[in-house]
Amino acid sequence: MTKGIYLDNNATTMVDKQVVDEMIPYFTEQFGNPSSMHQFGDKVGRAMKTARAQVQALIGAEHESEIVFTSCGTESDSTAILSALKAQPQRNEIITTVVEHPAVLSLCEFLEKDGYTVHYLKVDKKGRLDLEEYKKLLGPKTAIVSIMWANNETGTLFPVLEMAELAHAAGVMFHTDAVQAVGKIPMDLKKTKIDMLSLSGHKLHAPKGIGVLYLKRGTRYRPLLRGGHQERGRRAGTENAASIIGLGLACDMAKKHMEYENSCVKAMRDRLEEGLLEAVPNCFVTGDPDNRLPNTLNIAFEFVEGEAILMLLNKQGIAASSGSACTSGSLEPSHVMRAMDIPFTAAHGSIRFSFSRYNVMDEVEEVIKAVPPIIEKLRKLSPYWSNGAPVENPEAAFAPTYS
Amino acid sequence: MWDYSETVKDHFYNPRNAGALDDANATGDVGSISCGDALRLTLKVDPETEIIQDAGFQTFGCGSAIASSSALTEMVKGKTLDEALAISNQDIADFLEGLPPEKMHCSVMGREALQAAVANYRGEEWADDHEEGALICKCFAVDAVMIEDTIRANSLKTVEQVTHYTKAGGSCSSCHEGIEEILTKVLAETGEAFDPETPITIDPAEVKPAVKKGKLTTVQRILKIEQVIAEIRPQIQADRGDIELVDVEDKKVYVKLTGACSGCQMATATLGGVQQRIIEELGEFIQVLPAELQAA
Ligand SMILES: Cc1ncc(COP(=O)(O)O)c(C=O)c1O
Repeated sequence: MTKGIYLDNNATTMVDKQVVDEMIPYFTEQFGNPSSMHQFGDKVGRAMKTARAQVQALIGAEHESEIVFTSCGTESDSTAILSALKAQPQRNEIITTVVEHPAVLSLCEFLEKDGYTVHYLKVDKKGRLDLEEYKKLLGPKTAIVSIMWANNETGTLFPVLEMAELAHAAGVMFHTDAVQAVGKIPMDLKKTKIDMLSLSGHKLHAPKGIGVLYLKRGTRYRPLLRGGHQERGRRAGTENAASIIGLGLACDMAKKHMEYENSCVKAMRDRLEEGLLEAVPNCFVTGDPDNRLPNTLNIAFEFVEGEAILMLLNKQGIAASSGSACTSGSLEPSHVMRAMDIPFTAAHGSIRFSFSRYNVMDEVEEVIKAVPPIIEKLRKLSPYWSNGAPVENPEAAFAPTYS
Repeated sequence: MWDYSETVKDHFYNPRNAGALDDANATGDVGSISCGDALRLTLKVDPETEIIQDAGFQTFGCGSAIASSSALTEMVKGKTLDEALAISNQDIADFLEGLPPEKMHCSVMGREALQAAVANYRGEEWADDHEEGALICKCFAVDAVMIEDTIRANSLKTVEQVTHYTKAGGSCSSCHEGIEEILTKVLAETGEAFDPETPITIDPAEVKPAVKKGKLTTVQRILKIEQVIAEIRPQIQADRGDIELVDVEDKKVYVKLTGACSGCQMATATLGGVQQRIIEELGEFIQVLPAELQAA
């Protein structure tokens, strides 16, 4: 494969070479079960303990035992929500948002069929929540609030610290899906009222298939998987030792690069935004630009379609992703774009560029050069576009018969 | 990433006849609400002969929508309006060497644009007669409308029956939940409740005699296979294809798919369906393979 320019780090990241090297011995030498009483596993337990401390340090957990290793972000989300319901059978309501990741949304829709009531907080055109609406919903029937820290498509940050305080004051458990936030913005959970938090290794240069559920000490809890005593019985199943150890190192590195992420990575993102807005007419940033992850740019190119843009970008070795219907098997346009009321001629052309510390500024300049001709080429094909500008009153000039 | 054929990629990267014709005398504007794609087809028709002399397209849509539009313009040029109208969406998909099942609606949009443009030329009003539902079964490309209609028409009660009649749910099982929801909805229309425990009773007339294990003669086996293929054939012919039994070698059944089915994305799915039916009929495991794979 040619090197290419990878700007799809919110989808997944490259595993750091150092992380891979750290993991290798745990496949072939120290492969023993950490529970076993022999030399093949005697270093594993210690290395896992170090990893747990590294995760703890990155998220600022008070106790090492608050870290529960899981198989992915999705499992952490499911565990948190189902645990809250099981542990508090007299409470049957959930509060979440319309823009959550499917890991939370699909589960909530499924729970609704089982008779639970789910309140979905709406967002405004910039993807922001209405905290007054939220306050009114908190009540004695609320089993759990689950709010993402950062949105995976737009990078928009939700005020989870404040929302956790409000939940706590109302006696309600608070979970946050921080899969996109961990490693990109600093956090200190011991100073917050967050009870549970999900994170996923593959978003921060650790392998896929490893996640963490942070479980604040004293939080009522029911395991999702029962069996062996691993993770103190909170998540049974022989530990994915190599990945846990890899995740530990990745967290340590993320902590060391936190400053870099929020200065240099952010600078690349900002330069791309500025360059594209300047070079391409009829495009705009979606989400809340003043309040978002340092690595994410979501930009909607009007009157063209995202999959077509991605295919042409890919031809030049540039990887990004889109909120267009056509890139997902479901044919549904992105629920995040729809929730923000982005017109469909723009929502379909929304492209997410997401950076990591492995990107360099030269790549940004290359992308700024590559994008404008692609958009121009596709607009030439678009019935909403004519002679270098949108057709006047596009909705009226081109009003197709829909099936 | 979608697994697009080389032809789809070629028509996407190098679209033919892009842009509106300046001297067009027929225009068709259509869209597919399910994915927000839209297409304007412009034609230049010779009023004497009704031959399409030139065609142009403008598309707001994904890679396969652009490729389908480009293919359509190539296919209609030089044809009379009536000849062009005979082009089915499957023809467009075949021209492109197949489309992923989720993307077949792009070819449907092409065919509809053509109908709309011809109606426009003839001064008629074009009304869309086709309803597109959410894709439920991705393995066999069956949508919700098709499943609902089949449930109503045949008073189906179980997921197994739906699979039997439409193929939906016959492969990976991921859509069983979706099919159950549709059953619940449709059965509720007549005040019935969907019961997942309903025993699988396919229409008594259709219930097959229990197969006597293994004791079929070679001729009996082949006759039975022939019979299954004869039963399935009308369905395949309806999709403008055909199927023919070529040979039976122990557990391998070789068939020849022709017409619209050969080389189409759905060929593998079709063979899977045929295989399932033969297995049910013979009560033994067999493999259905394209005749080209038979060792010479
Ligand atoms: C916000 C968010 N939550 C959850 C997930 C799921 O994480 P995982 O892929 O580890 O299950 C993702 C990543 O795709 C995500 O972006």
